[in-house]
Amino acid sequence: MIERLQALKIKKQYNSRFALSCSIDIKNGPLYTIVGPNGSGKSTLLRILSLIEPVDSGKVIYHHNGVSMSNPHDNTEIRRKVVLVPSRAALFNETVFNNAAYGLRLRGIGRDIYKDRVMEALNEVGLAEKENINTRELSSGEAQRLALARSLVIDPDILMLDEPTASLDPDNTAIIEKIIKDKKEVSQKIMIMVTHKLYQAKSLSDIIIFMYKGEIIEVTASGAFFEKPSTDLAKKFFNEQGEMHCSGSCRTSTRYW
Amino acid sequence: MDFLINSIIKALKLIISIDPEVIGIVTLSLKVSGLAIIVATAIGLAITLLLDLRDFIGKSFTVTLINTFMGLPPVVAGLVIYLILSRSGPFGFLHLLYTPAAMVIVQVILAVPIITGLSYAAVVSADPSLRFAALTLGATPLQASLKIIRNSRYAILASVLAGLGRVMAEVGAVLIVGGNIAGYTRVMTTAIALEADKGDFELAVALGIILLAISFTLNGALFWLQKKDEKK
Repeated sequence: MIERLQALKIKKQYNSRFALSCSIDIKNGPLYTIVGPNGSGKSTLLRILSLIEPVDSGKVIYHHNGVSMSNPHDNTEIRRKVVLVPSRAALFNETVFNNAAYGLRLRGIGRDIYKDRVMEALNEVGLAEKENINTRELSSGEAQRLALARSLVIDPDILMLDEPTASLDPDNTAIIEKIIKDKKEVSQKIMIMVTHKLYQAKSLSDIIIFMYKGEIIEVTASGAFFEKPSTDLAKKFFNEQGEMHCSGSCRTSTRYW
Repeated sequence: MDFLINSIIKALKLIISIDPEVIGIVTLSLKVSGLAIIVATAIGLAITLLLDLRDFIGKSFTVTLINTFMGLPPVVAGLVIYLILSRSGPFGFLHLLYTPAAMVIVQVILAVPIITGLSYAAVVSADPSLRFAALTLGATPLQASLKIIRNSRYAILASVLAGLGRVMAEVGAVLIVGGNIAGYTRVMTTAIALEADKGDFELAVALGIILLAISFTLNGALFWLQKKDEKK
């Protein structure tokens, strides 16, 4: 099992306006949540850590083993221990069951073995009764739950969630948050989440990674971070988020310090 | 008007009576075009996969070339294959000219650009987040491409049908390389052209009706398959 994930001096230049440049050391157990304003590089960092995207320099180390970052797709063996749930559920034009079973099929697991696992995962997200319908008939909330089930069924060493409840209604958000919480409590796997919802970060996370303009500004215990962020950038971010939410649902209108 | 109605009635009688000549022509047409489309589909999908999977110098040029060849005039294709397979041509020693094999070859050449061009367009226009999702779940780039192709299966099937429609309706190329030899290389389209030229409209209309019926059946089957899958 992978117990430690490190990114050492990774650099990724996109254009003259945005560059990612950071190092991070993540261990199994706590749930890490990456927060920061739009364009700060949160999702990019997840894609790099999950070996989907190459970097210009630096390296990613999985459990003391450095991996080639010039063509990260080639690290199939390690990539299959990592799963990233994208912010937008992209489902294949097939049945719910086939979507959920895809990752297990890729790993060469036979249908007689994966059938029960898939049904268990679908049951966990409340989609067991829809196993035979086409994914086009799912609502956006159901689609996102299926995307989560499709990843959980693999039982990866590292689970990454990129805004798992973005644009979902409160009911579906609550379902997904509960699944994440349960998963965190029962497994000792590495879990990293990106979210824009500060109340979610506060209620689910153990450690907060605050990013700004492609750099990691703070890595702090969740309690301490929400009690009093240590940098001016984080304070400014909190202020802006608080104002944004007040003009919206007002669910996180509270200032945290 | 009476002439047209009489021709259709006589043609229908010819079909109902299961005329051996009609059966022979239809069977050969289906064999030649069926084999050509199987080979063309295999080649077309392999090229689509390669184009999807690899970036290489000249890729845009290759795609443009394929799209250009989608409109390749059949007589030009027929002429080129004729020159290649003729006794003095580079493959003359194979003695394939005026055989069904030569007709299959020319039909493959006509169908491959259509199947490749339309399939690649379907794959390229697929939602990029699907490929991303496949990769995040542990797919290799090859497996992700295959997943996208599977996800675009109806557009690809439609491209195969377009290719089949092209080769089954084609006259010039098969006439040049096949020679329209009765009982050997005479297919529906060349027979229709010949019979119409002779003024024998019964057989021409009968074959025309069968050609349309085959096209309708294939398109109906695709539509049925699509609807059946949508319900899953």
